[in-house]
Amino acid sequence: MGITVHNVSKKFADFTALGDVSLDIPSGSLTALLGPSGSGKSTLLRVIAGLEEPDSGEVIISGEKKTGLPPQKRGVGFVFQHYAAFKHMTVYDNVAFGLKIRKRPKTEIDKRVSELLELVQLSGFSHRYPTQLSGGQRQRMALARALAIQPEVLLLDEPFGALDATVRKELRAWLRRLHQEMDVTTVLVTHDQEEAMEVATEIVVMNQGDIEQIGPPQEVYENPATEFVMGFVGPVTRLGEAYVRPHDLRIRLEPDGETTGARVEDLLHLGFEVRVHLRLASGEDLWAQVTREAASELGLRRGTSVHVVTEHSKVFG
Amino acid sequence: MSARGSGQASRIPGAGRGAFGRNALGRGVVLMYLSLLVLIPLSAVVWTSTEGGVAAFWQAISSPEALAALRLTFGAALVVVLINAVAGTLIAWVLVRDSFWGQGFVNSVIDLPFALPTIVAGLTLLVLYGPGSPVGIDVAYSPVAVVVALLFVSLPFVVRAVQPVLMELDRESEEAAASLGAGPLTIFLRVILPSLMPAILGGSGLTFARSIGEFGAVVLITGNIAFETQVASVYIFGQIEGGDIPAAAAVSVVLLAFSLLALIGLNFLQDRWTRHED
Repeated sequence: MGITVHNVSKKFADFTALGDVSLDIPSGSLTALLGPSGSGKSTLLRVIAGLEEPDSGEVIISGEKKTGLPPQKRGVGFVFQHYAAFKHMTVYDNVAFGLKIRKRPKTEIDKRVSELLELVQLSGFSHRYPTQLSGGQRQRMALARALAIQPEVLLLDEPFGALDATVRKELRAWLRRLHQEMDVTTVLVTHDQEEAMEVATEIVVMNQGDIEQIGPPQEVYENPATEFVMGFVGPVTRLGEAYVRPHDLRIRLEPDGETTGARVEDLLHLGFEVRVHLRLASGEDLWAQVTREAASELGLRRGTSVHVVTEHSKVFG
Repeated sequence: MSARGSGQASRIPGAGRGAFGRNALGRGVVLMYLSLLVLIPLSAVVWTSTEGGVAAFWQAISSPEALAALRLTFGAALVVVLINAVAGTLIAWVLVRDSFWGQGFVNSVIDLPFALPTIVAGLTLLVLYGPGSPVGIDVAYSPVAVVVALLFVSLPFVVRAVQPVLMELDRESEEAAASLGAGPLTIFLRVILPSLMPAILGGSGLTFARSIGEFGAVVLITGNIAFETQVASVYIFGQIEGGDIPAAAAVSVVLLAFSLLALIGLNFLQDRWTRHED
Protein backbone atom coordinates (compact mmCIF):
# COMPACT_ATOMS: atom_id res chain seq x y z
CA MET A 1 0.00 0.00 0.00
CA GLY A 2 3.05 2.30 0.22
CA ILE A 3 4.36 4.48 -2.59
CA THR A 4 7.92 4.50 -3.87
CA VAL A 5 9.18 7.20 -6.20
CA HIS A 6 12.50 6.37 -7.79
CA ASN A 7 14.74 8.97 -9.49
CA VAL A 8 11.82 10.84 -11.06
CA SER A 9 12.54 13.90 -13.16
CA LYS A 10 10.19 16.09 -15.17
CA LYS A 11 10.76 19.17 -17.33
CA PHE A 12 8.21 21.53 -18.86
CA ALA A 13 10.01 23.24 -21.75
CA ASP A 14 12.91 24.99 -19.97
CA PHE A 15 11.47 24.69 -16.49
CA THR A 16 12.68 21.82 -14.31
CA ALA A 17 9.65 20.84 -12.25
CA LEU A 18 11.31 17.81 -10.68
CA GLY A 19 15.08 17.39 -10.52
CA ASP A 20 15.81 13.84 -9.51
CA VAL A 21 13.37 12.88 -6.83
CA SER A 22 13.34 9.68 -4.81
CA LEU A 23 10.88 9.14 -2.00
CA ASP A 24 9.39 6.37 0.11
CA ILE A 25 5.90 6.93 1.46
CA PRO A 26 5.08 4.29 4.06
CA SER A 27 1.83 2.39 3.88
CA GLY A 28 -1.00 3.94 5.87
CA SER A 29 0.78 7.24 6.46
CA LEU A 30 -0.61 10.70 5.89
CA THR A 31 2.21 12.50 4.14
CA ALA A 32 2.28 16.19 3.25
CA LEU A 33 4.31 17.44 0.30
CA LEU A 34 5.12 20.95 1.49
CA GLY A 35 6.76 23.69 -0.52
CA PRO A 36 6.31 27.07 -2.19
CA SER A 37 4.69 27.33 -5.61
CA GLY A 38 6.99 26.04 -8.32
CA SER A 39 8.69 23.62 -5.92
CA GLY A 40 7.42 20.62 -7.87
CA LYS A 41 5.08 19.25 -5.19
CA SER A 42 1.97 19.20 -7.39
CA THR A 43 3.91 17.78 -10.32
CA LEU A 44 5.16 14.97 -8.09
CA LEU A 45 1.59 14.20 -6.99
CA ARG A 46 0.38 14.22 -10.60
CA VAL A 47 3.23 11.92 -11.61
CA ILE A 48 2.17 9.46 -8.90
CA ALA A 49 -1.43 9.64 -10.19
CA GLY A 50 -0.39 9.20 -13.81
CA LEU A 51 -1.76 12.60 -14.81
CA GLU A 52 1.80 13.53 -15.87
CA GLU A 53 4.36 11.18 -17.37
CA PRO A 54 7.83 11.67 -15.86
CA ASP A 55 10.78 12.15 -18.24
CA SER A 56 12.61 9.46 -16.32
CA GLY A 57 12.26 7.42 -13.16
CA GLU A 58 9.71 5.03 -11.71
CA VAL A 59 6.57 5.11 -9.60
CA ILE A 60 5.76 2.02 -7.58
CA ILE A 61 2.46 1.67 -5.70
CA SER A 62 1.94 -1.32 -3.39
CA GLY A 63 4.99 -2.99 -4.90
CA GLU A 64 3.64 -2.72 -8.45
CA LYS A 65 5.38 -0.67 -11.09
CA LYS A 66 2.89 1.95 -12.34
CA THR A 67 5.11 4.04 -14.60
CA GLY A 68 3.64 4.25 -18.09
CA LEU A 69 0.17 3.21 -16.96
CA PRO A 70 -2.66 5.70 -17.57
CA PRO A 71 -4.47 7.17 -14.53
CA GLN A 72 -7.40 4.81 -15.22
CA LYS A 73 -5.27 1.80 -14.30
CA ARG A 74 -3.47 3.10 -11.23
CA GLY A 75 -6.11 2.65 -8.57
CA VAL A 76 -5.56 6.10 -7.11
CA GLY A 77 -8.15 8.50 -5.72
CA PHE A 78 -7.41 12.11 -6.67
CA VAL A 79 -8.91 15.23 -5.14
CA PHE A 80 -8.38 18.61 -6.82
CA GLN A 81 -8.14 22.09 -5.35
CA HIS A 82 -11.16 23.35 -7.28
CA TYR A 83 -13.27 20.24 -6.60
CA ALA A 84 -13.50 19.17 -10.29
CA ALA A 85 -17.13 18.26 -9.64
CA PHE A 86 -19.27 16.87 -12.46
CA LYS A 87 -21.64 19.84 -12.48
CA HIS A 88 -24.47 18.26 -14.43
CA MET A 89 -24.64 15.26 -12.09
CA THR A 90 -26.22 15.02 -8.66
CA VAL A 91 -24.10 14.34 -5.59
CA TYR A 92 -25.22 10.71 -5.82
CA ASP A 93 -24.16 10.40 -9.46
CA ASN A 94 -20.84 12.13 -8.77
CA VAL A 95 -19.98 9.65 -6.02
CA ALA A 96 -21.34 6.69 -8.00
CA PHE A 97 -19.38 7.60 -11.15
CA GLY A 98 -16.40 5.30 -10.59
CA LEU A 99 -18.64 2.42 -9.50
CA LYS A 100 -20.89 2.76 -12.55
CA ILE A 101 -17.81 2.66 -14.78
CA ARG A 102 -16.86 -0.57 -13.03
CA LYS A 103 -20.38 -1.82 -13.79
CA ARG A 104 -21.18 -2.77 -10.21
CA PRO A 105 -24.74 -3.93 -9.51
CA LYS A 106 -27.19 -1.17 -8.65
CA THR A 107 -27.86 -2.39 -5.11
CA GLU A 108 -24.14 -2.45 -4.33
CA ILE A 109 -23.70 1.08 -5.74
CA ASP A 110 -26.66 2.35 -3.68
CA LYS A 111 -25.25 0.85 -0.52
CA ARG A 112 -21.70 2.07 -1.07
CA VAL A 113 -22.77 5.61 -2.03
CA SER A 114 -24.96 6.01 1.03
CA GLU A 115 -22.14 4.71 3.27
CA LEU A 116 -19.72 7.20 1.74
CA LEU A 117 -22.15 10.11 1.97
CA GLU A 118 -22.58 9.30 5.63
CA LEU A 119 -18.80 9.19 6.06
CA VAL A 120 -18.39 12.67 4.54
CA GLN A 121 -21.48 13.94 6.36
CA LEU A 122 -23.51 14.57 3.22
CA SER A 123 -26.40 12.15 3.81
CA GLY A 124 -29.56 13.86 2.66
CA PHE A 125 -27.70 15.80 -0.02
CA SER A 126 -27.66 13.00 -2.58
CA HIS A 127 -30.17 14.68 -4.92
CA ARG A 128 -28.52 18.09 -4.83
CA TYR A 129 -26.31 19.40 -7.59
CA PRO A 130 -22.74 20.58 -6.87
CA THR A 131 -23.68 24.23 -7.38
CA GLN A 132 -26.19 23.89 -4.55
CA LEU A 133 -23.40 22.95 -2.13
CA SER A 134 -20.91 25.11 -0.24
CA GLY A 135 -17.20 24.86 -1.04
CA GLY A 136 -16.53 22.62 1.94
CA GLN A 137 -19.42 20.33 1.03
CA ARG A 138 -18.23 20.12 -2.58
CA GLN A 139 -14.78 19.10 -1.45
CA ARG A 140 -16.21 16.43 0.86
CA MET A 141 -18.26 15.14 -2.09
CA ALA A 142 -15.09 15.03 -4.19
CA LEU A 143 -13.41 13.05 -1.43
CA ALA A 144 -16.30 10.57 -1.29
CA ARG A 145 -16.13 10.24 -5.07
CA ALA A 146 -12.40 9.45 -4.89
CA LEU A 147 -12.89 6.96 -2.04
CA ALA A 148 -15.74 5.17 -3.82
CA ILE A 149 -13.38 3.16 -5.99
CA GLN A 150 -11.49 1.95 -2.90
CA PRO A 151 -8.20 3.39 -4.09
CA GLU A 152 -4.90 1.99 -2.91
CA VAL A 153 -3.71 5.53 -2.31
CA LEU A 154 -5.51 8.83 -1.87
CA LEU A 155 -3.88 11.92 -3.41
CA LEU A 156 -5.04 15.41 -2.45
CA ASP A 157 -3.80 18.45 -4.39
CA GLU A 158 -4.18 21.57 -2.20
CA PRO A 159 -7.62 20.25 -1.19
CA PHE A 160 -8.44 23.12 1.15
CA GLY A 161 -6.81 25.88 -0.89
CA ALA A 162 -10.05 27.31 -2.26
CA LEU A 163 -11.88 27.34 1.08
CA ASP A 164 -12.14 30.11 3.65
CA ALA A 165 -10.09 29.94 6.84
CA THR A 166 -12.77 28.58 9.19
CA VAL A 167 -13.90 25.79 6.88
CA ARG A 168 -10.27 24.94 6.15
CA LYS A 169 -9.55 24.45 9.85
CA GLU A 170 -12.62 22.25 10.27
CA LEU A 171 -11.79 20.10 7.28
CA ARG A 172 -8.19 19.57 8.38
CA ALA A 173 -9.29 18.14 11.69
CA TRP A 174 -11.93 16.09 9.92
CA LEU A 175 -9.44 14.73 7.36
CA ARG A 176 -7.11 13.65 10.13
CA ARG A 177 -9.90 11.73 11.85
CA LEU A 178 -11.04 10.26 8.54
CA HIS A 179 -7.53 9.07 7.79
CA GLN A 180 -7.31 7.32 11.14
CA GLU A 181 -10.59 5.50 10.42
CA MET A 182 -9.86 4.62 6.81
CA ASP A 183 -6.20 3.66 7.04
CA VAL A 184 -5.53 4.44 3.37
CA THR A 185 -2.11 5.80 2.37
CA THR A 186 -2.73 9.50 1.82
CA VAL A 187 -0.56 12.17 0.21
CA LEU A 188 -1.52 15.82 0.58
CA VAL A 189 0.04 18.71 -1.32
CA THR A 190 0.09 22.06 0.45
CA HIS A 191 2.05 25.31 0.55
CA ASP A 192 0.76 26.05 4.05
CA GLN A 193 3.24 24.84 6.72
CA GLU A 194 0.62 25.11 9.43
CA GLU A 195 -1.68 22.83 7.46
CA ALA A 196 1.12 20.31 6.95
CA MET A 197 1.99 20.36 10.65
CA GLU A 198 -1.60 20.01 11.71
CA VAL A 199 -2.65 17.18 9.41
CA ALA A 200 0.36 15.11 8.40
CA THR A 201 2.21 12.34 10.18
CA GLU A 202 5.14 12.83 7.80
CA ILE A 203 6.29 15.99 6.00
CA VAL A 204 8.28 16.14 2.78
CA VAL A 205 9.68 19.66 2.30
CA MET A 206 10.28 20.49 -1.37
CA ASN A 207 12.07 23.38 -3.04
CA GLN A 208 12.93 24.03 -6.69
CA GLY A 209 12.16 20.51 -7.84
CA ASP A 210 14.05 18.73 -5.10
CA ILE A 211 13.37 17.28 -1.67
CA GLU A 212 15.00 19.25 1.13
CA GLN A 213 13.96 17.12 4.07
CA ILE A 214 11.67 14.27 5.07
CA GLY A 215 10.49 13.75 8.61
CA PRO A 216 7.68 13.96 11.16
CA PRO A 217 6.36 17.52 11.76
CA GLN A 218 8.20 18.01 15.03
CA GLU A 219 11.50 16.80 13.60
CA VAL A 220 11.23 19.09 10.58
CA TYR A 221 10.39 22.06 12.80
CA GLU A 222 13.01 21.49 15.47
CA ASN A 223 15.77 20.01 13.39
CA PRO A 224 15.57 21.58 9.96
CA ALA A 225 18.16 20.12 7.61
CA THR A 226 18.65 23.25 5.54
CA GLU A 227 18.32 27.00 5.78
CA PHE A 228 15.35 26.76 3.41
CA VAL A 229 13.47 24.28 5.61
CA MET A 230 14.18 26.35 8.70
CA GLY A 231 12.67 29.43 7.06
CA PHE A 232 9.77 27.65 5.39
CA VAL A 233 8.33 25.61 8.25
CA GLY A 234 8.32 28.38 10.83
CA PRO A 235 9.38 31.92 11.74
CA VAL A 236 13.11 32.53 11.81
CA THR A 237 15.47 35.33 12.75
CA ARG A 238 19.26 35.59 12.78
CA LEU A 239 21.68 36.13 15.62
CA GLY A 240 25.07 36.53 13.99
CA GLU A 241 25.72 33.32 12.03
CA ALA A 242 23.04 31.37 13.85
CA TYR A 243 19.43 30.85 12.74
CA VAL A 244 17.00 31.07 15.64
CA ARG A 245 13.27 30.61 16.10
CA PRO A 246 12.08 33.95 17.56
CA HIS A 247 10.45 32.13 20.50
CA ASP A 248 13.84 30.55 21.31
CA LEU A 249 15.41 33.96 21.80
CA ARG A 250 15.71 34.92 25.49
CA ILE A 251 15.75 38.55 26.57
CA ARG A 252 17.56 39.53 29.78
CA LEU A 253 18.10 42.90 31.42
CA GLU A 254 21.54 41.98 32.78
CA PRO A 255 24.37 40.56 30.66
CA ASP A 256 26.06 37.28 31.42
CA GLY A 257 29.01 35.77 29.57
CA GLU A 258 26.98 34.53 26.58
CA THR A 259 24.55 37.34 25.87
CA THR A 260 24.73 39.94 23.15
CA GLY A 261 23.72 43.54 23.79
CA ALA A 262 20.69 44.92 21.91
CA ARG A 263 18.18 47.73 21.96
CA VAL A 264 14.40 47.47 21.68
CA GLU A 265 13.34 49.19 18.45
CA ASP A 266 9.65 48.40 18.49
CA LEU A 267 7.02 46.29 20.26
CA LEU A 268 4.00 44.70 18.61
CA HIS A 269 1.25 43.42 20.88
CA LEU A 270 -0.59 40.54 19.18
CA GLY A 271 -2.80 39.29 22.00
CA PHE A 272 -0.98 36.52 23.83
CA GLU A 273 2.21 37.10 21.90
CA VAL A 274 4.44 40.19 21.87
CA ARG A 275 6.86 40.73 19.02
CA VAL A 276 9.99 42.55 20.04
CA HIS A 277 12.04 44.13 17.28
CA LEU A 278 15.66 44.49 18.32
CA ARG A 279 18.85 46.00 16.96
CA LEU A 280 22.31 44.71 17.92
CA ALA A 281 25.25 46.99 18.52
CA SER A 282 26.61 45.72 15.19
CA GLY A 283 23.54 47.22 13.49
CA GLU A 284 21.88 43.86 12.70
CA ASP A 285 18.11 43.60 13.16
CA LEU A 286 16.34 40.61 14.68
CA TRP A 287 13.09 39.90 16.44
CA ALA A 288 11.95 37.88 19.40
CA GLN A 289 8.61 36.38 20.29
CA VAL A 290 7.80 36.61 24.00
CA THR A 291 4.67 36.19 26.08
CA ARG A 292 2.70 39.18 27.28
CA GLU A 293 3.74 38.40 30.87
CA ALA A 294 7.45 38.22 30.03
CA ALA A 295 7.31 41.54 28.19
CA SER A 296 5.66 43.33 31.11
CA GLU A 297 7.93 41.67 33.73
CA LEU A 298 10.98 42.91 31.83
CA GLY A 299 9.32 46.30 31.43
CA LEU A 300 10.20 46.35 27.74
CA ARG A 301 9.70 49.64 25.96
CA ARG A 302 11.03 51.28 22.87
CA GLY A 303 14.64 52.18 23.56
CA THR A 304 15.19 49.71 26.47
CA SER A 305 18.69 48.25 26.52
CA VAL A 306 18.58 44.45 26.75
CA HIS A 307 20.77 41.39 26.33
CA VAL A 308 19.78 38.43 24.19
CA VAL A 309 20.82 34.81 24.22
CA THR A 310 19.52 31.64 22.60
CA GLU A 311 19.47 28.08 23.84
CA HIS A 312 18.47 26.55 20.57
CA SER A 313 19.93 27.73 17.32
CA LYS A 314 21.20 26.30 14.04
CA VAL A 315 24.18 27.18 11.96
CA PHE A 316 24.05 25.96 8.35
CA GLY A 317 27.32 25.28 6.58
CA MET B 1 -33.27 74.00 8.43
CA SER B 2 -36.61 73.58 6.75
CA ALA B 3 -35.26 74.91 3.48
CA ARG B 4 -32.36 72.46 3.61
CA GLY B 5 -34.70 69.65 4.55
CA SER B 6 -37.01 70.31 1.64
CA GLY B 7 -34.03 70.72 -0.64
CA GLN B 8 -32.80 67.27 0.30
CA ALA B 9 -36.25 65.85 0.07
CA SER B 10 -36.66 67.15 -3.45
CA ARG B 11 -33.20 66.06 -4.51
CA ILE B 12 -33.75 62.44 -3.71
CA PRO B 13 -36.98 61.93 -5.65
CA GLY B 14 -35.45 64.12 -8.34
CA ALA B 15 -32.57 61.69 -8.67
CA GLY B 16 -35.09 58.87 -8.74
CA ARG B 17 -37.05 60.55 -11.50
CA GLY B 18 -33.85 61.13 -13.44
CA ALA B 19 -32.91 57.47 -13.21
CA PHE B 20 -36.46 56.43 -14.05
CA GLY B 21 -36.51 58.88 -16.94
CA ARG B 22 -33.31 57.49 -18.40
CA ASN B 23 -34.50 53.90 -18.04
CA ALA B 24 -37.82 54.72 -19.64
CA LEU B 25 -36.07 56.50 -22.49
CA GLY B 26 -33.76 53.53 -23.02
CA ARG B 27 -36.63 51.10 -23.00
CA GLY B 28 -38.61 53.30 -25.38
CA VAL B 29 -35.78 53.50 -27.87
CA VAL B 30 -35.19 49.74 -27.79
CA LEU B 31 -38.88 49.01 -28.20
CA MET B 32 -39.26 51.43 -31.08
CA TYR B 33 -36.14 50.12 -32.81
CA LEU B 34 -37.30 46.52 -32.49
CA SER B 35 -40.79 47.50 -33.61
CA LEU B 36 -39.62 49.27 -36.73
CA LEU B 37 -37.11 46.58 -37.66
CA VAL B 38 -38.77 43.37 -36.55
CA LEU B 39 -42.22 43.46 -35.02
CA ILE B 40 -44.07 45.70 -37.50
CA PRO B 41 -42.71 44.01 -40.65
CA LEU B 42 -43.50 40.59 -39.17
CA SER B 43 -47.02 41.68 -38.25
CA ALA B 44 -47.42 43.05 -41.77
CA VAL B 45 -46.48 39.65 -43.21
CA VAL B 46 -48.96 37.89 -40.95
CA TRP B 47 -51.60 40.49 -41.84
CA THR B 48 -50.96 40.18 -45.58
CA SER B 49 -51.11 36.39 -45.41
CA THR B 50 -54.66 36.48 -44.10
CA GLU B 51 -55.94 39.12 -46.53
CA GLY B 52 -58.00 36.60 -48.42
CA GLY B 53 -59.34 34.97 -45.23
CA VAL B 54 -58.41 31.75 -43.44
CA ALA B 55 -59.53 29.54 -46.33
CA ALA B 56 -57.24 31.33 -48.78
CA PHE B 57 -54.38 31.08 -46.28
CA TRP B 58 -54.93 27.37 -45.89
CA GLN B 59 -55.17 26.88 -49.64
CA ALA B 60 -51.96 28.83 -50.20
CA ILE B 61 -49.92 26.69 -47.84
CA SER B 62 -51.50 23.38 -48.78
CA SER B 63 -51.05 23.67 -52.52
CA PRO B 64 -48.95 20.69 -53.70
CA GLU B 65 -46.13 22.91 -54.86
CA ALA B 66 -45.98 24.87 -51.58
CA LEU B 67 -46.15 21.66 -49.55
CA ALA B 68 -43.30 20.11 -51.55
CA ALA B 69 -41.20 23.24 -51.07
CA LEU B 70 -41.90 23.30 -47.31
CA ARG B 71 -41.20 19.58 -46.97
CA LEU B 72 -37.86 19.93 -48.77
CA THR B 73 -36.95 23.01 -46.75
CA PHE B 74 -37.63 21.45 -43.35
CA GLY B 75 -36.15 18.09 -44.33
CA ALA B 76 -32.94 19.68 -45.59
CA ALA B 77 -32.76 21.97 -42.54
CA LEU B 78 -33.04 19.00 -40.18
CA VAL B 79 -30.33 17.08 -42.01
CA VAL B 80 -28.12 20.18 -41.95
CA VAL B 81 -28.72 20.66 -38.22
CA LEU B 82 -27.72 17.08 -37.47
CA ILE B 83 -24.58 17.19 -39.63
CA ASN B 84 -23.60 20.60 -38.29
CA ALA B 85 -24.07 19.58 -34.67
CA VAL B 86 -21.56 16.77 -35.13
CA ALA B 87 -19.16 18.41 -37.59
CA GLY B 88 -19.26 21.78 -35.84
CA THR B 89 -18.44 20.21 -32.48
CA LEU B 90 -15.62 18.23 -34.08
CA ILE B 91 -14.17 21.34 -35.75
CA ALA B 92 -14.40 23.32 -32.51
CA TRP B 93 -12.69 20.44 -30.70
CA VAL B 94 -9.79 20.33 -33.16
CA LEU B 95 -9.40 24.12 -33.05
CA VAL B 96 -9.33 24.23 -29.24
CA ARG B 97 -7.71 20.99 -28.13
CA ASP B 98 -5.32 20.32 -30.99
CA SER B 99 -2.44 22.48 -32.06
CA PHE B 100 -1.09 22.36 -35.58
CA TRP B 101 0.59 24.53 -38.17
CA GLY B 102 -1.88 26.92 -39.83
CA GLN B 103 -4.42 26.66 -37.02
CA GLY B 104 -4.93 30.42 -36.96
CA PHE B 105 -5.69 30.38 -40.67
CA VAL B 106 -8.21 27.54 -40.35
CA ASN B 107 -9.79 29.38 -37.47
CA SER B 108 -10.37 32.50 -39.55
CA VAL B 109 -11.64 30.50 -42.54
CA ILE B 110 -14.57 29.32 -40.39
CA ASP B 111 -16.13 32.78 -40.57
CA LEU B 112 -15.82 33.03 -44.34
CA PRO B 113 -19.37 31.84 -45.06
CA PHE B 114 -20.60 34.80 -42.98
CA ALA B 115 -18.38 37.29 -44.78
CA LEU B 116 -19.22 36.10 -48.29
CA PRO B 117 -22.40 37.33 -50.02
CA THR B 118 -24.51 34.19 -50.14
CA ILE B 119 -25.09 34.48 -53.90
CA VAL B 120 -21.30 34.34 -54.34
CA ALA B 121 -21.26 31.25 -52.15
CA GLY B 122 -23.96 29.76 -54.39
CA LEU B 123 -21.95 30.53 -57.49
CA THR B 124 -18.78 29.04 -55.98
CA LEU B 125 -20.61 25.87 -55.05
CA LEU B 126 -22.19 25.63 -58.52
CA VAL B 127 -18.78 25.89 -60.18
CA LEU B 128 -17.20 23.41 -57.80
CA TYR B 129 -19.98 20.85 -57.39
CA GLY B 130 -22.03 21.55 -60.53
CA PRO B 131 -21.87 20.16 -64.08
CA GLY B 132 -18.24 20.18 -65.27
CA SER B 133 -17.02 20.07 -61.68
CA PRO B 134 -13.21 20.17 -61.48
CA VAL B 135 -13.32 17.63 -58.64
CA GLY B 136 -15.73 15.34 -60.44
CA ILE B 137 -18.63 15.79 -58.03
CA ASP B 138 -21.88 16.93 -59.62
CA VAL B 139 -24.72 17.38 -57.16
CA ALA B 140 -26.32 20.41 -58.81
CA TYR B 141 -30.10 20.47 -59.29
CA SER B 142 -30.68 17.76 -56.68
CA PRO B 143 -31.85 17.86 -53.06
CA VAL B 144 -28.25 17.05 -52.06
CA ALA B 145 -27.28 20.44 -53.50
CA VAL B 146 -29.69 22.11 -51.07
CA VAL B 147 -28.02 20.39 -48.13
CA VAL B 148 -24.51 21.25 -49.38
CA ALA B 149 -25.39 24.92 -49.84
CA LEU B 150 -27.01 25.12 -46.41
CA LEU B 151 -24.08 23.35 -44.76
CA PHE B 152 -21.80 25.97 -46.26
CA VAL B 153 -23.68 29.03 -45.06
CA SER B 154 -24.40 27.68 -41.58
CA LEU B 155 -20.93 26.28 -40.88
CA PRO B 156 -19.88 28.90 -38.27
CA PHE B 157 -22.94 28.66 -35.99
CA VAL B 158 -22.13 25.51 -34.01
CA VAL B 159 -18.35 25.98 -34.23
CA ARG B 160 -18.48 29.50 -32.83
CA ALA B 161 -20.97 28.54 -30.13
CA VAL B 162 -19.00 25.51 -28.90
CA GLN B 163 -15.47 26.95 -29.15
CA PRO B 164 -15.59 29.38 -26.17
CA VAL B 165 -17.33 26.83 -23.95
CA LEU B 166 -14.70 24.24 -24.79
CA MET B 167 -11.95 26.71 -23.97
CA GLU B 168 -13.47 27.44 -20.57
CA LEU B 169 -14.08 23.79 -19.74
CA ASP B 170 -12.66 22.52 -16.45
CA ARG B 171 -9.89 20.13 -17.49
CA GLU B 172 -9.62 18.85 -13.95
CA SER B 173 -13.04 17.22 -14.10
CA GLU B 174 -11.75 15.21 -17.08
CA GLU B 175 -8.70 14.21 -15.06
CA ALA B 176 -10.94 13.31 -12.13
CA ALA B 177 -13.00 11.08 -14.45
CA ALA B 178 -9.81 9.45 -15.75
CA SER B 179 -8.56 8.71 -12.23
CA LEU B 180 -11.95 7.14 -11.51
CA GLY B 181 -11.38 4.74 -14.38
CA ALA B 182 -13.27 6.38 -17.26
CA GLY B 183 -11.76 5.89 -20.72
CA PRO B 184 -11.53 8.70 -23.31
CA LEU B 185 -14.90 7.89 -24.91
CA THR B 186 -16.72 7.72 -21.58
CA ILE B 187 -15.08 10.98 -20.51
CA PHE B 188 -16.27 12.64 -23.71
CA LEU B 189 -19.81 11.31 -23.54
CA ARG B 190 -20.44 11.64 -19.80
CA VAL B 191 -18.30 14.58 -18.71
CA ILE B 192 -17.52 16.83 -21.70
CA LEU B 193 -20.58 16.48 -23.93
CA PRO B 194 -23.13 17.42 -21.24
CA SER B 195 -21.23 20.68 -20.71
CA LEU B 196 -21.17 21.38 -24.45
CA MET B 197 -24.83 20.50 -25.00
CA PRO B 198 -26.26 24.01 -24.37
CA ALA B 199 -23.80 25.50 -26.86
CA ILE B 200 -24.50 22.78 -29.42
CA LEU B 201 -28.25 23.32 -29.04
CA GLY B 202 -27.85 27.09 -29.34
CA GLY B 203 -25.76 26.77 -32.49
CA SER B 204 -28.22 24.23 -33.89
CA GLY B 205 -31.16 26.57 -33.33
CA LEU B 206 -29.46 29.31 -35.32
CA THR B 207 -28.46 26.78 -37.99
CA PHE B 208 -32.08 25.65 -38.33
CA ALA B 209 -33.45 29.18 -38.51
CA ARG B 210 -30.87 30.20 -41.07
CA SER B 211 -31.36 27.03 -43.12
CA ILE B 212 -35.10 27.33 -43.57
CA GLY B 213 -34.73 30.93 -44.70
CA GLU B 214 -31.64 30.75 -46.93
CA PHE B 215 -32.15 32.05 -50.47
CA GLY B 216 -28.94 33.29 -52.08
CA ALA B 217 -26.79 30.21 -51.64
CA VAL B 218 -29.46 27.73 -52.77
CA VAL B 219 -31.11 29.55 -55.67
CA LEU B 220 -28.31 28.92 -58.20
CA ILE B 221 -27.20 25.41 -57.36
CA THR B 222 -30.69 23.91 -56.96
CA GLY B 223 -31.98 25.05 -60.33
CA ASN B 224 -35.36 25.77 -58.74
CA ILE B 225 -37.20 22.71 -60.06
CA ALA B 226 -40.71 22.60 -58.58
CA PHE B 227 -41.48 19.44 -56.55
CA GLU B 228 -37.80 18.49 -56.69
CA THR B 229 -35.33 21.14 -55.64
CA GLN B 230 -37.46 24.18 -54.96
CA VAL B 231 -37.08 25.37 -51.36
CA ALA B 232 -39.63 27.54 -49.57
CA SER B 233 -37.73 30.82 -49.86
CA VAL B 234 -37.35 30.40 -53.62
CA TYR B 235 -41.02 29.39 -53.88
CA ILE B 236 -41.96 32.58 -52.00
CA PHE B 237 -39.85 34.61 -54.41
CA GLY B 238 -41.64 32.94 -57.33
CA GLN B 239 -45.07 33.73 -55.90
CA ILE B 240 -44.09 37.39 -55.45
CA GLU B 241 -42.81 37.54 -59.02
CA GLY B 242 -46.09 36.04 -60.17
CA GLY B 243 -48.00 38.69 -58.24
CA ASP B 244 -49.55 36.41 -55.61
CA ILE B 245 -48.39 38.35 -52.56
CA PRO B 246 -50.87 36.77 -50.06
CA ALA B 247 -49.71 33.25 -51.02
CA ALA B 248 -46.08 34.32 -50.61
CA ALA B 249 -46.93 35.82 -47.22
CA ALA B 250 -48.78 32.67 -46.13
CA VAL B 251 -45.75 30.42 -46.75
CA SER B 252 -43.57 33.04 -45.11
CA VAL B 253 -45.73 32.86 -42.00
CA VAL B 254 -45.23 29.08 -41.85
CA LEU B 255 -41.44 29.57 -42.03
CA LEU B 256 -41.67 32.27 -39.40
CA ALA B 257 -43.71 30.09 -37.07
CA PHE B 258 -41.33 27.16 -37.33
CA SER B 259 -38.25 29.36 -36.83
CA LEU B 260 -39.84 30.78 -33.73
CA LEU B 261 -40.83 27.36 -32.45
CA ALA B 262 -37.32 26.00 -33.05
CA LEU B 263 -35.68 28.90 -31.24
CA ILE B 264 -38.11 28.74 -28.30
CA GLY B 265 -37.82 24.96 -28.07
CA LEU B 266 -34.03 25.02 -28.11
CA ASN B 267 -33.98 27.84 -25.59
CA PHE B 268 -36.09 25.71 -23.31
CA LEU B 269 -33.72 22.75 -23.71
CA GLN B 270 -30.73 25.01 -23.12
CA ASP B 271 -32.29 26.22 -19.87
CA ARG B 272 -32.82 22.66 -18.74
CA TRP B 273 -29.21 21.76 -19.47
CA THR B 274 -27.74 24.82 -17.80
CA ARG B 275 -30.00 24.64 -14.73
CA HIS B 276 -27.21 23.23 -12.56
CA GLU B 277 -24.24 25.07 -13.95
CA ASP B 278 -22.64 28.03 -12.27
